Amino acid sequence: MPDLAIETHGLTKRFRSQVAVDGLDLAVPEGSVFGFLGPNGSGKTTTIRMLLGLVAATAGDARVLGADMPHHVDSVLPRVGALVEGPAFSPYLSGEANLRRFDAADRHAPRGTRSDRVALALERVGLSHAAKKKVGAYSLGMKQRLGLANALLMRRELLVLDEPTNGLDPQGTREVRSLIRSLAEGGTTVFVSSHLLAEVEQVCTHAAVMSVGRLVAHGTIDELRGRGSRVLVRTPDPGRARAVLAALGLPIEQTTVGGIRSATDASDDELVTARLGGEIERHSADGTSADGSSTDHGSADGGSADGGSATAAPESIVTALVNAGVRVRGFEIERASLEQRFVDLTGEGFDVVA
Amino acid sequence: MSSREVHDGPLVLDARGGGGGTLSLLGSELLTLFRRRRTWALLGALALIPILIAVAVRLSGGPPTGRGPAFLDQITNNGFFVGVTAILVAIPLFLPLTIGVVAGDAIAGEASHGTLRYLLIAPAGRIRLLLVKYLAAAVFCVAAPLTVVVVGTLIGWALFPIGPVTLLSGATVGIGDALLRLLAIAAYVTVSLLGMSAIGLFLSTLTTVPVGAMAATAILAVVSQIMDALPQLEWLHPWLFTHYWLGFGDLMREPVVWDSFADNAVLQAGYLVVFGALAVSRFLTKDVLS
Repeated sequence: MPDLAIETHGLTKRFRSQVAVDGLDLAVPEGSVFGFLGPNGSGKTTTIRMLLGLVAATAGDARVLGADMPHHVDSVLPRVGALVEGPAFSPYLSGEANLRRFDAADRHAPRGTRSDRVALALERVGLSHAAKKKVGAYSLGMKQRLGLANALLMRRELLVLDEPTNGLDPQGTREVRSLIRSLAEGGTTVFVSSHLLAEVEQVCTHAAVMSVGRLVAHGTIDELRGRGSRVLVRTPDPGRARAVLAALGLPIEQTTVGGIRSATDASDDELVTARLGGEIERHSADGTSADGSSTDHGSADGGSADGGSATAAPESIVTALVNAGVRVRGFEIERASLEQRFVDLTGEGFDVVA
Repeated sequence: MSSREVHDGPLVLDARGGGGGTLSLLGSELLTLFRRRRTWALLGALALIPILIAVAVRLSGGPPTGRGPAFLDQITNNGFFVGVTAILVAIPLFLPLTIGVVAGDAIAGEASHGTLRYLLIAPAGRIRLLLVKYLAAAVFCVAAPLTVVVVGTLIGWALFPIGPVTLLSGATVGIGDALLRLLAIAAYVTVSLLGMSAIGLFLSTLTTVPVGAMAATAILAVVSQIMDALPQLEWLHPWLFTHYWLGFGDLMREPVVWDSFADNAVLQAGYLVVFGALAVSRFLTKDVLS
């Protein structure tokens, strides 16, 4: 098992009566690009604040780069670059002066190389031309770039980026993505929180999904996506098809008779649907309630016991169906997008959780 | 388990263990403070006090009436008294206002800009940051009264004759000696403001709204002076941080009596210890959510 860049156990934060983060068990492997997903208000930023020692946890513990937080903020944080809840700068100072100021705050940052490192960081995010301009005159996108530059002032082992592409134009978004890729290639672990799924899907190797302060899914991107895939079989023999699919260990999803008919087709075809792959790794028993309303029906119970083993190849499913005498008239693998999984896991709307 | 308990101790150790780079951070903080237009506006407003006094006296030109602030009627004879009069006028309200702005802004201002979180994850270290913020405020406490007496002396010198000064004790000293005494008064006022800066720093850790901390600090200075004026509260007077604020008359005697300077320094040190400790304990356990 690879070393973990971030590891939390039962991490909990309670603000007065409200639980912002509830028993979070997070494991971010070293060298991964880790997407931290969740709707607004699901506890992502509070988690990041706890990881960086800005907020004290109510319960549980967090380890960052192998050291307990917040005990070791002074030795850990110089190795961590971070963008937390948007960039923030003194508006009356130039971009360059702001970076110099944050760099001076880090007593591990060598003074002799400060000018060079600041210039390099500005260049990396394409802000060299605006270095002397007051931050008050920056656009949101420029501030976001400056925030990234601040995270890159030193060589970092871990980058924590909270909504890094917020406010950026499409060009800037692409630049950030390629920046993340190049940093990851250099061995930096990148922890990206976002509610923009396309972004995460394109750069991340791993992801976790939060909802209402709890972790509802956790794994590699392929695991998360793959477990959301479905098999669709169009056949006049639904009963037999269901039996075969169930025997293969695929959880049946639709049991309704009548299925989906095409309007012009008077045939007696029915659509049988089964989930390809087992249950998503779940971290809390009640986390499942989030998607109880969407696709899971009672019949899925039988199939969930097989875990991740039921990744049967499509062709072997068809062979099995045909061998059992099922008249297969249509067969399709529907690969769920991460977005679909996200909505399944966190509920339909992007409503802010009060 | 409570992670809050284990949170504080090691932070204290870390801050104590690493003094390296603190000067660098202080330099950066002072650069930030004095590159700010607001700081110069505050100093400019203080500089206006002696200028207004000198110009008004010069323009009216009439014989001294004996009304107005102490020493006002001596200005036409000796420009030296512009600085003395100005600092007397500035002490009750104008100086506390400017100190309130700088000290009250220390942490709350960073919090309101959101830069506090970036300073802390740099990591600046909570105690180190607090220390640097206090030292920067202390430097401003030096700059503010100095501005008043330096501008006062310059404008007094420009508009009025300047010469030997008759002290409160009746002795007369040369202008050079008198100017040294004026610097000693500025130092006395700086010391007077150090306790108030600690109060401002503490209030600044309580809020993310800098104006609140600034106003509260300045109001405390006024309230303290009002209480100091009420004979019914006489038992309280020696404990008020404003009690010795105007007690620098001893510096204008021959020979100089340093007793009130020392009393004032002890009292201010007491305020610094108490409110410094409050600020540290508050800031160490504070959840930074801004």
